[in-house]
Amino acid sequence: MTSWFTDKPQDLRRFRVLTGGQAVAEALRQIDPDVFPVYPITPQTPIIEAFAQCVADGRSHARILTAESEHSAMSAAVGAALAGARAMTATASQGLAYMIEIVYLAASLRAPVVIAVGNRALSGPINIHGDHSDGMLARDSGVVQVYVTTAQEAYDWMVMGVRLAEHGEVLLPVMVGLDGFTLTHSAEPVEILADAAVQEFVGPYAYPYPLLSEVAGTYGAFAMPEHYFEIKRQQIAALERAEAVLPAITRSFAKLCGRQYAPLEGYCMEDAERAMVIMGSQRGTAQEAVDKLRERGQKVGVVTVRLFRPFPRRDLAEQLRAVQAIAVFDRASTPGSFPPLYLDTRAAVRTPRVDSVIYGLGGRDLTPDDIVAVFDRLKRPAVDADPIFYAGSDEIEQER
Amino acid sequence: MPNLRTLAERQAARPALGSGHSLCRGCGIPLVVRTVLASIRTPVAVVNATGCLEVASTRYPFTAWSVPWLHVAFENAAAVASGVESAYLALRRRGALRQNFTFVVFAGDGGTYDIGLQALSGALERGHRFLYVCYDNEGYMNTGVQRSGATPRAANTTTTPSGATSTGKAEARKNLTEIVLAHRIPYVAQAAISHLQDLSDKVERATHSEGPSFLNVLSACPPGWGYEPRDTIAVVQHAVNSGYWPLLEVIEGHWRLTVHPEPRESVGDWFGSQKRFRHLFDGVDVDLLASLEQTAEAEWQRLAEMEARDRDWFASPDGARWGLSD
Ligand SMILES: Cc1ncc(C[n+]2csc(CCOP(=O)(O)OP(=O)(O)O)c2C)c(N)n1
Ligand code: SF4
Ligand SMILES: [Mg+2]
Repeated sequence: MTSWFTDKPQDLRRFRVLTGGQAVAEALRQIDPDVFPVYPITPQTPIIEAFAQCVADGRSHARILTAESEHSAMSAAVGAALAGARAMTATASQGLAYMIEIVYLAASLRAPVVIAVGNRALSGPINIHGDHSDGMLARDSGVVQVYVTTAQEAYDWMVMGVRLAEHGEVLLPVMVGLDGFTLTHSAEPVEILADAAVQEFVGPYAYPYPLLSEVAGTYGAFAMPEHYFEIKRQQIAALERAEAVLPAITRSFAKLCGRQYAPLEGYCMEDAERAMVIMGSQRGTAQEAVDKLRERGQKVGVVTVRLFRPFPRRDLAEQLRAVQAIAVFDRASTPGSFPPLYLDTRAAVRTPRVDSVIYGLGGRDLTPDDIVAVFDRLKRPAVDADPIFYAGSDEIEQER
Repeated sequence: MPNLRTLAERQAARPALGSGHSLCRGCGIPLVVRTVLASIRTPVAVVNATGCLEVASTRYPFTAWSVPWLHVAFENAAAVASGVESAYLALRRRGALRQNFTFVVFAGDGGTYDIGLQALSGALERGHRFLYVCYDNEGYMNTGVQRSGATPRAANTTTTPSGATSTGKAEARKNLTEIVLAHRIPYVAQAAISHLQDLSDKVERATHSEGPSFLNVLSACPPGWGYEPRDTIAVVQHAVNSGYWPLLEVIEGHWRLTVHPEPRESVGDWFGSQKRFRHLFDGVDVDLLASLEQTAEAEWQRLAEMEARDRDWFASPDGARWGLSD
């Protein structure tokens, strides 16, 4: 068996059929953090249930801190990470919304906490299914954000995320987003590395200036206008550096298993005239639609963005350089303006025609036909200077 | 137990909270912090909630602290301390840390009675070992003297001003000490900056107890309460001597009063010492002052009964373990 991004033969014995949630729990078990403060919420619960069982069975030494809220879970994670221990957590949707104040603080205090997020729609109406509105709430918090497309990637990025978060040039939280249900609850074959290989890859936690030491540091001082701005700029620069240090981390990960990741990835982009940009689990659907159109001789392609923050704007511009028309698929909305991935793409490219497509809110399916319709529309002149289409919903609105 | 001279010497030799802070003249907070930290002999790490203490002691790039100190936000000090304590236990188990830390949280009444109550409750229920010190100045002082759940009935604050149709805060303060006690933690006490030896002794017992411990310390705030900075101690003495703020401790569920003012002053003396209660004396609502006096008296009687009930325990071998059988 060869996987789609390596020709290296895979050792089938290392594959297990796991849901994304279970795969994340396996990564947690192998990373074996010191402290895991957490509060349950669908669709993150499979992660914490599986991991709690690992700890109960003595297969992880982590202290699970069953907080009374996500706000406290994140607060405890920040406290533990700065104290000098490796801290990780997991959440989703309302839980991420509830902890958001401390997510910003984690970034500014440079607490390298890896957070698994089972991406789920924000209320209201309350809804437990997948979309990216929760992740987008943290978009400007200063954390590294990755959106994965398979359970395998969820596992891989949890492991790589530790290295990225704790890199001396970065020291920032890393959020690994996996689409609720589509990834958290769906089983697929996942290659699990040897425990020792993961342990060696992540190495020991070595926070440069831990709170619990002989040196009495002051953490979380308040800053007036003459300092706040520069402190923020240091934080912004650290986030930008995450993109610079990532290739070394992905290369050393590839040595372990052959899977070589990049911040984004093109499919059929070599000669594409029209392209779509997307993030998350719907990559497969997009590739299926592209295959269909390619069979009909149409030059279309898809770019999947994995690293959303920092946004790989140069890589994206390079991928889309020769394209004549682009459709950006966002699984979140920005009421009153354009959605996040669209705005980032628009700022990165000079292509005149860029359409915005909002899809999949609250777990609505995105079908290959929806995508084919978008590519068809890209062939025709724009009806409106700045259109926003709602895939899978416009049709329903029109029937009204 | 260290006497006040020893505490003062320790503070002078190695001040945990040194000079360079910008707390107001006459502020009660430094007395709380210095007495608490000078009473602890192990290395300490402090977690501080947002409020006057945090803002006035850590203006970047300066700090008045010479112990490890961490502030994250307003409502989460107990949760942050939970994480620090869990990290400590993990590091000790791995053999990665040799020092034997004591963890102390300092938070105001706003950060404890109100917005931080949930985080505090969760941490107490989980049983993290730290000393939580609420410095209670009966209001949100850092943001300009707004009412909190600790503000007493009738106090004039910027959100409960007295006026033609208002006698200040309309509600009674909440009894946080007993809310904390409901978590069945081993050590809970009330103290005040007018009685520093009593405070220090309580810190010693609190830090020797297994699990979380809690101190509710009445501080004082000249601009927020309306009195001259030089009168800070005298004002808080009125609170204690009138029985408005009983100094008590509850050890493994057993109550005792640690200071018995004889004779007890009238709570009117306490109210009369501060401008925030001035409208109580303008003759418009005489019943209110009388009812406040009655409430304080009933509360004192209730505590005296509990103390009588538990007297035997303090004399028993269980009580004697706490070194209190006087
Ligand atoms: C979530 C949040 N809400 C409100 C504030 C604004 N705020 C900062 S300090 C404070 C009052 C603090 O009161 P208290 O805890 O009693 O401490 P004190 O100021 O009296 O020292 C408030 C309301 C904040 N920082 N964070
Ligand atoms: S406002 Fe009150 S509590 Fe705050 S520093 Fe001044 S005296 Fe202290
Ligand atoms: Mg206060």
